[in-house]
Amino acid sequence: MMDFLAGLGRAGLGWFAVLGRASMFLARVLLSQDAVLRRFSLTVAELYSVGVRSLLIIVVSGLFVGMVLGYQGYITLVNFGAAEALGGVVALSLVRELGPVVTALLFAGRAGSALTAEIGLMKATEQLSAMEMMAVDPYRRVFAPRFFAGFVSMPLLAALFSAVGVVGGYLVGVGLLGVDSGSYFSQMQAVTDWREDVVSGVIKSVVFGFVVTWIAVFQGFDAEPTSEGISRATTQTVVVSALAVLGLDFILTGLMFGDL
Amino acid sequence: MKQRFLEVSVGLFVLLGIAALFYLAIQVSNIAEYRDRDTYEVLAYFDNIGGLKVRAPITVSGVRVGRVADIAYDPERFQARVTLAIQSAHDHLPADTQASIFTAGLLGEQYIGLEPGGDFEMLQAGDEMLFTQSALVLENMIGRFLTNMSAD
Amino acid sequence: MHVSREPVDDTPHVVIEDLAFRRGRTTVFEGLSMTVPRGRITTVMGPSGTGKTTLLRLIGGQLRPTSGRIWVDGLEVARLSRRGLYNLRKRMGMLFQTGALLSDFNVFDNVAFPLREHTDLPEELIRHLVLMKLEAVGLRAARDLDPSQLSGGMARRVALARAIALDPQMIMYDEPFAGLDPITMGQIVTLIRRTNQTLGLTSVLVTHDVVEAMAISDQVVLLAEGRVVDRGTVDEVRGRASEWTSQFLEGRPDGPVPFHYPGTPYRDDLLGGKESRT
Repeated sequence: MMDFLAGLGRAGLGWFAVLGRASMFLARVLLSQDAVLRRFSLTVAELYSVGVRSLLIIVVSGLFVGMVLGYQGYITLVNFGAAEALGGVVALSLVRELGPVVTALLFAGRAGSALTAEIGLMKATEQLSAMEMMAVDPYRRVFAPRFFAGFVSMPLLAALFSAVGVVGGYLVGVGLLGVDSGSYFSQMQAVTDWREDVVSGVIKSVVFGFVVTWIAVFQGFDAEPTSEGISRATTQTVVVSALAVLGLDFILTGLMFGDL
Repeated sequence: MKQRFLEVSVGLFVLLGIAALFYLAIQVSNIAEYRDRDTYEVLAYFDNIGGLKVRAPITVSGVRVGRVADIAYDPERFQARVTLAIQSAHDHLPADTQASIFTAGLLGEQYIGLEPGGDFEMLQAGDEMLFTQSALVLENMIGRFLTNMSAD
Repeated sequence: MHVSREPVDDTPHVVIEDLAFRRGRTTVFEGLSMTVPRGRITTVMGPSGTGKTTLLRLIGGQLRPTSGRIWVDGLEVARLSRRGLYNLRKRMGMLFQTGALLSDFNVFDNVAFPLREHTDLPEELIRHLVLMKLEAVGLRAARDLDPSQLSGGMARRVALARAIALDPQMIMYDEPFAGLDPITMGQIVTLIRRTNQTLGLTSVLVTHDVVEAMAISDQVVLLAEGRVVDRGTVDEVRGRASEWTSQFLEGRPDGPVPFHYPGTPYRDDLLGGKESRT
């Protein structure tokens, strides 16, 4: 029992230490953000590897999630004779929750783990050290553009996910199940509020993008410079990001829609 | 050459993302409503608003002319005070127009229907609507029905 | 015996005074003092795990000493601002054990990297400089290869070309001979010597390959247990050979440095080996 408590205490202290290191790391990355504009070609390259290369998985997943939503929503709504409300159900689920959350989870798996592995490998092969010895600041040269790219890509990807999902719901609901095309969109517009739903969803995706990219870049930076260390850090990125996204989603939802 | 490809594809990516946002704004949500911010507000007091919510539609003869801007309880009149935001284009509503709370469909949302009266005076911003009809509450209706039955 | 080009300046390039460095509870260095003469090859030797690489990182300012001081070119490394440190590092090259080439770039771009980061030279001039450096290490034809396509020795030669790209005054080699076949080893030895002679670079080598290091060094510093055991020219060190030094230089398995990791006698473990089963 004492051992258990002691272990708990050690683990807790360990977590605080990690959080402290992560915060100091974040502060330096944010202070180095001027490099993002000054070396714009680097930023473009990172936007490509973080954003463009996540495009396929996001679009395909969005389409399928939308199609499933259309199908499930229809089955439930038709019981109440309210199949016309399908558009609203699909759009609200996507814009408020599934868009930001599922995109963030996929983003952590696709781009986040790649970022961690890449930076961890640079650390293990002494590339970061070598840069420092060549008087090149890795915060400006490596971390800042990657962080910026992740932070910017996430909201764009989430918006794409939701938009494609709406189309997926349309394909199933209108194309397959025979919901009226006009009422699909009019119901959608009737219940989806620009400020309360769409903007809230975008804010969520911005927060998730910040947090997931922070976790990913930091895990790479903090990885033990061995092969096991890198593979552990990569797993950690996905696990910690998923927990952080879901936990934050609960808090943000409470803050944004709490009074409804 | 490689740099060129990167730039072009990143440019397309950003454009696509912004286009998706626009799509969400225009096709999916009600941003159109935010554009005609030109509305005037009138007050209506109800004994019971039922399930009426802020942002619920306001219609005249079934045509949407505005939305509910605010709902509050007035402790002096013991009534619910509802603020109606009506588009300025529809400023020809007689002063004795009646506001009633209806339900769209069996499970649907509640909305306010306006029935224009015959007054020559028109409703002005800040006016109070004199004639209102509360929401029908199922329990009350059943209660009244039972009272009528026993009275017979 | 090889003689370096006569240096113009007589002051030592690096001075280390009473250096102590601890990592957690383990003491890496305690009371270490040494100097590195300008324009010469100094080799730091010692058994594995004596913190030879750590010493290079301390000189390069990547680690801070627990106590004691290090001066490079008359500047105290630990007291420099980040900008000051970066300016110092531009005059310092370092060759990492693995080469530490940037995996995103090919050979040419790796060598061009410090030039592009620190100068505004036109691309045409950068090309000339890079090809010149690559020619010096004999890899001009390999300029389009990726780092993953290079052998260990080639990667180190590219890294050497990169380290001298900015024409530094000093270069540090971290285990330059580790894990190389004899031919490649010979190439690296020649390169280190030639770089030192033609460019007049102060060179600091860290290694435990005794034969190769002895062949090219002007000064040898022997480290053990966090302090300097012996230092001097190759002949001096060989001549006065203390018991420890001769064990190290001749590579005998047992001596002052025991073969067995310190612990209880084997017999005790054999008789009372209960805890090993659980």
